[in-house]
Amino acid sequence: MSRLNRGIGSLLMDYAVPLIFIVISAAAIPLSGFSAAYLVQELLIRVGRNSFLILSLLIPIMAGMGLNFGMVLGAMAGQIGLIFVSDWSIVGIPGIVLAMIVGTPFAVVLGVLCGEVLNRARGQEMVTSYILGFFINGVYQLLVLYFMGWLIPISNPALVLSRGYGIRNAISLTGIRMVLDRLVPLKIGTISVPVATYLVIAAFCFFIVWFRRTKLGQDMRAIGQDMPVADSAGIPVNRTRVIAIVISTVLACYGQIIFLQNMGTLNTYNSHDQAGMFSIAALLIGGASVSRAGIGNVFLGVTLFHLMFIVAPMAGKNLMGQAQIGEYFRVFVSYGIIAIALVLHAWKRFRDRMEARRSLRGPAERREGA
Amino acid sequence: MPEVPLLKLENVGKEYFGNRVLAKVDFSLNRGEILGLVGENGAGKSTLMNILFGMPVISGTGGYEGNIVLDGRVVRFNSPFDALEAGIGMVHQEFSLIPGFSAAENILLNREALNGSILELVFSERLNTLDRPAMRRRAARAIQTLGVDIGVDTIASEMPVGYKQFIEIAREIDRTRTRLLVLDEPTAVLTETEARILLDALRKLADGGISIIFISHRLQEVKSLCDKIVVLRDGNVIREESARSASIRDIAAWMVGRQVDDSRPPRTGKVSDEVALSVRNLWVDMPGETVRDATFDVHRGEIFGIGGLAGQGKLGIPNGIMGLSPSGGEVALFGKKIELDTPRKALDSGMAFVSEDRRGVGLLLSERIDWNIAFTGMQVQNRFLRGIPGLGNLVRIRDDAAIAEETERYIRALEIRCTGPGQRAVELSGGNQQKICLAKAFSMRPELLLICEPTRGIDVGARELVLNTLRRYNEEYGTTILITSSELEELRSVCDRVAIVGEGKIAGILPATSPAERFGLLMMGAVGDGDEAAQREAAGNA
Ligand SMILES: Nc1ncnc2c1ncn2[C@@H]1O[C@H](COP(=O)(O)OP(=O)(O)OP(=O)(O)O)[C@@H](O)[C@H]1O
Ligand SMILES: [Mg+2]
Repeated sequence: MSRLNRGIGSLLMDYAVPLIFIVISAAAIPLSGFSAAYLVQELLIRVGRNSFLILSLLIPIMAGMGLNFGMVLGAMAGQIGLIFVSDWSIVGIPGIVLAMIVGTPFAVVLGVLCGEVLNRARGQEMVTSYILGFFINGVYQLLVLYFMGWLIPISNPALVLSRGYGIRNAISLTGIRMVLDRLVPLKIGTISVPVATYLVIAAFCFFIVWFRRTKLGQDMRAIGQDMPVADSAGIPVNRTRVIAIVISTVLACYGQIIFLQNMGTLNTYNSHDQAGMFSIAALLIGGASVSRAGIGNVFLGVTLFHLMFIVAPMAGKNLMGQAQIGEYFRVFVSYGIIAIALVLHAWKRFRDRMEARRSLRGPAERREGA
Repeated sequence: MPEVPLLKLENVGKEYFGNRVLAKVDFSLNRGEILGLVGENGAGKSTLMNILFGMPVISGTGGYEGNIVLDGRVVRFNSPFDALEAGIGMVHQEFSLIPGFSAAENILLNREALNGSILELVFSERLNTLDRPAMRRRAARAIQTLGVDIGVDTIASEMPVGYKQFIEIAREIDRTRTRLLVLDEPTAVLTETEARILLDALRKLADGGISIIFISHRLQEVKSLCDKIVVLRDGNVIREESARSASIRDIAAWMVGRQVDDSRPPRTGKVSDEVALSVRNLWVDMPGETVRDATFDVHRGEIFGIGGLAGQGKLGIPNGIMGLSPSGGEVALFGKKIELDTPRKALDSGMAFVSEDRRGVGLLLSERIDWNIAFTGMQVQNRFLRGIPGLGNLVRIRDDAAIAEETERYIRALEIRCTGPGQRAVELSGGNQQKICLAKAFSMRPELLLICEPTRGIDVGARELVLNTLRRYNEEYGTTILITSSELEELRSVCDRVAIVGEGKIAGILPATSPAERFGLLMMGAVGDGDEAAQREAAGNA
């Protein structure tokens, strides 16, 4: 009986985060006063632009490397690609494809670098990749703020700071703004659906499903569960882990490009930061954990995350006369969720270990419980 | 023309940080031959096999001396993969299965069956998808060769220990190249039936031309399975003998270098009338060890044995009492009811448990021996702590001297072979690690100690030591002890009373001094064989 209790308890534990969000959103939707059509439209847009980025987190989790905070490296690579195509004034779908092509080598190099570093910091992947993100951010700023327009020729003056070198704070991506979203126009009632974007996302999902069934995917699962055993079976552990990070970084690069084509403006110096934080928060809100995440978590998470942020400011305004409360919420909640998820993860690991050891711990348990 | 042996060891030696573990080891092995490698805990058996298999721990600690000759050529493996490549398969003392993978996935780990695709031409084979039906078929075939019935989709973490062992062996069988199979104590975790199945399977493999090196502390098995026996003592080959001509007594004597003395001093412990543990209508849903309806009492200060054939439910009883398997019924410790199904409650009431599945849990492998032994006692009973003079008991610091003393005591009592209390547990031989588990449970000083299979993996000489220590511990502290063991003789020699479990029920409880035939009858299913009388008799003794 208590075993059953334990089962229900840990089930609740596992889904605590999505449940909280569902409850909050359910309360906030009527308060916000938004129409259903508006909500659906907003959600369609936001889910479309974010999902790809979040999906890029799945593969490192499978390989046991936790949440890849290093995905911001990919986002930076994508932005570098976008800066170049803006400079070359290549518009439309070709612009997007070219930005991806230009971004890829950067993403691969950064991914290999990140993977190699993480191999030297086993067990500390998350914190390492987070710090590495800061470090590479410095390199990125050096490149974009000083080298571009100086060592790297940038011909379009609209991109360059008035001092003659360095890229401006905000770049308007007019040439590629929403070109993917509007590639296949579809309107249902008043709601327009970004069909092409969703097709790309669907393709990505198929990729993940297929990838899981490959030998490489199987090896990653093995490494994720027990590295020494995988190693002793001859699976090239280090190489495989680097591959996982490279795939994630490259996909994050594409994800960032898709994200920015929808936004239409590139905040040169902080778009990528937000990409990492919000994607990870969304994934965790979807009920994923540091060691377990699936496509379902991505979509549940991204939907709840955005639903919350659509309705919260309005609900906040209607309730307290202040819209800022929503924006405040957004940042607060993102970081808060990540913190909670990390604590939960540590706690769960501890609990599992205790459970395994329990048989031999004897009366120590008395202390433990107190 | 004399046959070139498949494997020949010439003067193989090994030192760990100046501690000589193997001196000049010489022996040879022919095709299709089964060689039994026996020796005390810490004699160097696992080390020798690690050398043969090119384990990194060997090269990482300075390599080895001498030569390994395979098929007439000297080989020197730098990694296990070289050894695998040369056709050597090894089943380790520790398990190496991926917990969340199915039996099939584990058997074919890194040798998965793949669907072809053009991607393999462009990139690598690793982008091919797994051919799961083929994997299932191959795994099923390997499992079948072993003669056991394990579903290929069973998840490793949910398997009973015995299954895991078969899966590991099946993995080696699936490797077509395997010519020499090394098994390090494969039967230690198996029930008798499983062990018999395994031995039959090994015989079949040997008849098919695979050579086998078999390490075990169960000498009976070694004698019945092997063609040749090599006895290792303190890193030297003491004896190489045909299995047919050597008697088990001889082998034991060669191993420990003296006649094994299995007499025990007369029992001096006092068993009181007070009931320590009362079990009424216990049922336990433990896979393979179901308990249906067990009722018995254990008295304070008693050593109570639970025996019976494998699979009848004897292991289920302690596991059920501890709440490790779903269970029901009434269990009380010193009159206080214990809530079943919650390990917490069981532990709260002052019981300690040594599981039959000791691998992987319980020991902090990378910690020192003394820490492993003293840690829980320190946490729970505030032992091994002393106050700082002047501060009273406000601040207490670790009493390293007390810890060292306690550790030394157990090292001596159980003859744990180590370089000292400061050695890390991971550096001990398998049998010595198990002794640490026992020492740890002892040092917690519980009111009721439940021990499953206390001598599993422990050599013939040390087995007496362990049993005597149990006895002495019981006599010194008056601890009530419940021992579950598949070896009836062991139970009879150390316990006051022994219960035999059959079909999930207590078939009968007899004083340990009863003649062996009466136990035999109970085991054979003669339920109710004077158990009433026997119980009265036993109570009278108490
Ligand atoms: N990594 C290591 N570092 C230092 N010493 C070690 C290491 N591994 C083993 N030893 C020592 O080598 C000796 C032989 O150990 P080994 O594991 O070969 O014994 P064994 O014969 O397999 O015993 P058992 O029957 O208990 O398994 C032991 O004294 C052990 O302490
Ligand atoms: Mg060993």
